[in-house]
This record gives sequence, C-alpha cells and structure tokens, in this order.
Amino acid sequence: MIQRSLTLFAGLFVLILVVGWLMGLPFTSSRLVEATAYSLIALGLNIQWGYGGLFNFGIMGFLMLGGFAVTFISYPINPQFWGSDGPWMLGRALIAFAAGALLVIGAQQSHRVGITGRWKAVVTVLAWFVAYCVYRSQIDPAAAYIEANAGFVGGLGAHPVLGWLFGGVLAAVIAFIVGKIALGLRTDYLAIATIGISEIIRALIKNMDWLTRGTLTVSPIPWPTPLPQDYQATGSDLFSSLLLARGGFLLLAIAVLVLAIWLISRAYSGPWGRMMRSIRDNHIAAASMGKNVTARQLEIFVFGSVLIGIGGAMLVSFTQIFDPSSYQPINHTFLIWVMIIVGGAGNNWGAVFGAVLIWLIWVISEPLSKAVFEMVSYWSTNAGWGAIPEIESRSAQMRVFVLGLVITIALRFAPKGLIPEAVKRDT
Amino acid sequence: MTELVFFINQVVIAGAVLGCIYALGAVGITLVFGILRFAHFAHSELMTSGAFFAFLLAAMFASWGIVTPIPTGFVVLPIAMVISAIFALGIDKGFYAPLRKRGAKPVTLLIASIGVTLMVQGLIRLFFGAGSYSFFETETKEVFRIDTAFLGSTRPLVITEPQLLMIIVTVISVLALHLFLTRSRLGKAMRAMADNADLAQVSGINTTLVVRVTWIVAGALACMAGTMLALDVTLKPDLAFNIIIPIFAAAIVGGLGQAYGAIAGGLLIGFAESLAVFNWTMVLRPLNAVLPEWAQLPATLALVPTEYKLTVAFVILVVVLLVRPTGIFKGASS
Repeated sequence: MIQRSLTLFAGLFVLILVVGWLMGLPFTSSRLVEATAYSLIALGLNIQWGYGGLFNFGIMGFLMLGGFAVTFISYPINPQFWGSDGPWMLGRALIAFAAGALLVIGAQQSHRVGITGRWKAVVTVLAWFVAYCVYRSQIDPAAAYIEANAGFVGGLGAHPVLGWLFGGVLAAVIAFIVGKIALGLRTDYLAIATIGISEIIRALIKNMDWLTRGTLTVSPIPWPTPLPQDYQATGSDLFSSLLLARGGFLLLAIAVLVLAIWLISRAYSGPWGRMMRSIRDNHIAAASMGKNVTARQLEIFVFGSVLIGIGGAMLVSFTQIFDPSSYQPINHTFLIWVMIIVGGAGNNWGAVFGAVLIWLIWVISEPLSKAVFEMVSYWSTNAGWGAIPEIESRSAQMRVFVLGLVITIALRFAPKGLIPEAVKRDT
Repeated sequence: MTELVFFINQVVIAGAVLGCIYALGAVGITLVFGILRFAHFAHSELMTSGAFFAFLLAAMFASWGIVTPIPTGFVVLPIAMVISAIFALGIDKGFYAPLRKRGAKPVTLLIASIGVTLMVQGLIRLFFGAGSYSFFETETKEVFRIDTAFLGSTRPLVITEPQLLMIIVTVISVLALHLFLTRSRLGKAMRAMADNADLAQVSGINTTLVVRVTWIVAGALACMAGTMLALDVTLKPDLAFNIIIPIFAAAIVGGLGQAYGAIAGGLLIGFAESLAVFNWTMVLRPLNAVLPEWAQLPATLALVPTEYKLTVAFVILVVVLLVRPTGIFKGASS
C-alpha cells in the first residue's frame, strides 16, 4: 500500500518535472500554486464525502464565498463609499433584515399564543413575505445609491491571510445554514439541493453589484507575499522575479496545506475519526450506539467547507482578480469531484494526489490537444481535405471531454481511486 | 383589457412554453430515476445532443431543397427522436450497464452520469464550437398576432408558430405517454418496476427490456424538449446544461418516479418563474390615478428581479425538499 502510494507520488513528481521542462518554470510554478489550493479544496471535499459520506455538489458556491471574502477583506478601502450616505442606508437595510428575521422567528413560535396547524403555516408564509418585502424596500434603494455614487462598497484593506481566514469562516457560516436545511436528505436529493444552493449563491454574488461589483470584476487583489514587481524594484530580472514571487506564494500555500493535513490526520486517526467512519458506513447502527448522527454530519460538512472556502480565497488572491462570471460548475464543482474519485475518497494523500494530477491534466490537455489538432490539420491539409477550423477554441473544449473520459474510466477500472482508503483492522 | 392581454403574453404563454420544456425533460429524469434508481445528470446533454441531431437533419433537408409548411425542426423531430433514443441506449450500454452489472451504488452511477455529461458536452463543443445556431436561418419564424381590439385591448396577443406547435406537440406526447403507461403491457411493466423493482423481477417482468424501453422513452422525450427549446430560443452547446436544475426541481416537486408528477412539476416551475419576474406595475398602473402622490407605484414591481429568474426554481426546490421531500405526488422516498 505504502509502496504503491510512493510509486504514484514519484510518478507525479516526474510528471511535474516533464511539465516544467516543456512549458517553462514560470508557467509550472503558477500551476503548482493553483494545484496546492485545489489540494486544499479536495481535502475539504474528502472530509465531507470520504469521511462523512455527504454528497456536496455545491463546491462552486463555497469557492465563490471564499473568493468574495478575500476580496472584501484585502481590497483597499473605498473612501468614496464611506464618505457617502451608503453606510447609513446599508445600516437601515441591516435593521430591516433583522426586523424581518424577528418576524419570521416570531411566526415560527406562534403556536405559543395558540395559533396552530394550518393557521400557523399561513402566518409563517405571510411573515416570510412581509419580511422579504420590508428588506427589499430598504436594500433596493441602498444598492442603487451605492452603485451610482461609489461603484461598490470596496474592501477593508487588511492582510490577505486574514481574508483567507475570513473565507473559511464565511464558508463555515453558510455551510452551517445549508447543512441545517439540506442534511438529512437522501444522497441524490442532497446533491441536487446543494447544486441549487450553490447556484443561488452564484446568482447573488454575480448580481449584488453594490457589494461584489458583480460582472465588472475586482482587481488587483493584493498578495500575501511580495509581488514580482516588488522584486523587480530591487533589481531582479523578469524571470527570477516571477520565480521568487511565485515560490514565496507557493511556500505559504504549502504551509497552509501541511497544517491542514496534519490537523485532519490527527483528528481522523483518533476517536473522532472512528466515530465518523462508523457513521458513514452505517449511520443507523451509529445512531443506535448513541451518536448524534445529524449533529456530527453537520460538523463534518462545516469543517469541509472551511477548507473549501480557504482554498477558494487562495485561488482568487493568487490570480488577483475576482470575476464571478468565471465560476462554472464544470471547472469548480465537477473538477474537484474528479480529483477525489481518481485520487481515492477517504484518503488524504489520495485527495492531494488526485488534485495535483487532475489539475495538471486539466491545464496541459489544452496545449496537448492543440498540438494533436495541428498535427492532424497538417496531415489533412496535405491529403487535400483542408485544415481544421478554429483549432484554438476546439482544443480549449477538449479538456472537458478529457475530464469526462477520466471520470468514466476511473469509475470503471479503479472505483476506489488510485490511492484507496486504508482500511485498518485491529488484530 | 390591455393589462390582461399583457399578463397573458408575459405569464400564461411564456409560462406554458417554459413549463412544457421542463415537463418533457422532467418526465425522462423521473422515469430513469424510477426504473434505474439514480439521478441522471446527463439528461441535459441528451436534450442538447437531440437538438443538434434535429438541427443537422433540418440543415440536410434545407440543402436538399425540401420546403415544409411548418418549421423544418418539427418535421425532422421524429427522425431525431429515433437517433436520440439509440444514442441514449448506447450511453447506457457503454457507461451505466457495466457499473450496474458490478452492483455499483446509485451514487457511483450519478457520478458516472456527470462523466457522461462532460464527455458529451466536450464532443458537442468540439464539433460545433461555442457559438449559437438558429433553426430559422433559412426560413422565417412566423409570429401570430391575434387582434383583441374587440375586447377593448390596444395590444395584440402574441404567440410564435414554434410556441404554438410546441404546446400542441407536448399535449399529444403527454397523452401518448399516458396511454402507453396505462394501456400497454410494457408501460404497466415499467410502472410495476418503478414501484418495486425486486417484486417486478420475481413476477416475471423482463427487466432488461424495461430498462431499454426507459432509455428509449427518456431519450426521445429529451430530444423533443431540447429541439423545442432550441426552436424557441437559440441552439447552443450549453442549451440544456443551464436548465438542468429547474428540470430536476420539476421532477422532485412532482415526486421522483412519478411521470404525471413530473408534468405537473414542470408546468408549476415554468409558471412560477414567469410569475415571479412579472412586472406587476404594468397591470396595476390604472391604480396610480386613484392612489395619492406618496403611494404611487414604482416603475418595476416584480417579486424577483429578472436576473434572479432561475433561482426561483431552486428556492421552490429547497422549500419542497424541506416541507414535503417526496414531492406533491408522493414519489420515491428514502
């Protein structure tokens, strides 16, 4: 088992070297930073799916929350907003929101004053509607005012690492709410519900221009480590400044990843991990042994989402641009699932291996298929059949096909993944 | 009266068209779920590829110089449906049947269906690029304007030819499906298997055949839904991928495994979406003459801003999952 993992990781290392040799060091170093962030995200999903058996298909939503969090925390302060009536109007909207929330909670407690059954349902629906209208009546003018006068709220100008932490916290809070709503549904219902919720999050972030700037995108988002420009200012040339800057970011990202793996492995090899495995394998038996299955599943859903949020924040601060339209279920939900399935669900090293491998396949399949297309096009031109049109865009689409192929082959021939979960049997 | 006609144009017709497409897609999903017990995500790609089959056939017809009185997309639909049914059977044989034979869990099949989604989508994009196509490049899209002046309205009722045909075709296929499920031996076998697969098998129902028929029906209906969606708007590679969640919502709202529930759910979601984004000010504007200065209606008074249209389906989905997880028609439960 260990030998197999070591062989696979050695193969991955060779693959990285080959990519580095073919595509150049600046390209490879960027891809490695992203691969590290994706490893963190894959670990998050591994906690949810591999440890807890929870079917989270809403990864994209949590990635966006992380991205928004780091934008909000680390983007410079917008004095135009803070000097206008915007904060005051937003404050009123917040009060309206709180009032609406109180109304809804009140309606849910209405059985205490003798309103029960059908009437309680009517009161609850009415309360939701009134709360929604009250909130809309305050937030709509505030949003219009901010968009017209200040563009958007702007950031808080704090350190990006704080933004990563906030990404984790924000994802945790939303995961708690989502979990309260959706956990307890059977697996495929949970998958569909989480996709729905992540689409709601995407629609909100994309259209709340006053807060996130929507499709106008926010950039440049500051780096936690020195930028290439900083190294150039001290006299480094372009190539080495790129390498130094990305190397610094990579070291920080790997440090976060190692810390996460260490914490997770400690927890998972202890009693907590045993309890989680027992809940995943047979939740009915676990419940009858006195474990609070729903609470534990909620816990694991929140823990996983924290890592996903941090990873999403890391990706955004690395690319320096927050573009809500760039988030797609294919790239940001299904890709992560492929990483876990191919790597091996339930095994942290499998998750990391799958993340790095699939990310490399995903990024090199485009130039690779472009090369293949150009070769075929060369032959077909020589044979008199004409060239292949639009090679660029076609090869960009090829990687979606490759991803699908990888997932179906993996399910068919290695359903437990390349580095499967190690089942410990105490003798 | 103008307001009423406006309401019919914006809500009734738009909702019915959207609802028909959702319903046809959801029937396939619900049948696959009922018989094979997994959420088939690649259904959206069956719809898109079906639309592309129809598009290619229509283009072939146009190049042969065949001119038809109704849009060519509808004429070639039966052929495209046959091709789609074979395509669906091929996908099952290539990707799902081996997993089923191994006794894989529904979750594994679901993930495999996502793999299939990606592969088919990759292939469609590979062959057709990322651009959009229209069925009406060589022929014109006829628009019927029914004058309602005799009712005192200044606006006509507007419905396009594809929309009208779409509603008719949907009604016919729903009736055919109903007859098939209730009258034919195979349809009864399908319903029996959806209710209890093991019991159906021991009572001598040919389960392999039922699975095949399920894929044929699902593929053909998906092709129909996809083609009609493409006829109404434009044909693009992510045509159905964008609406797969509303379709799933329709299937769940109706109760997974319930064919009639899926139709009801589809219409419900379609109408809910168009009602939610409807601008009520257009209808309530006469009130402005009565209302005092400070209570004038704003220019837009929609329940949900237009850009959040798709989230309506998700919200309905989440609420239904919470309040009544088995759907309106008591579908499969955990």
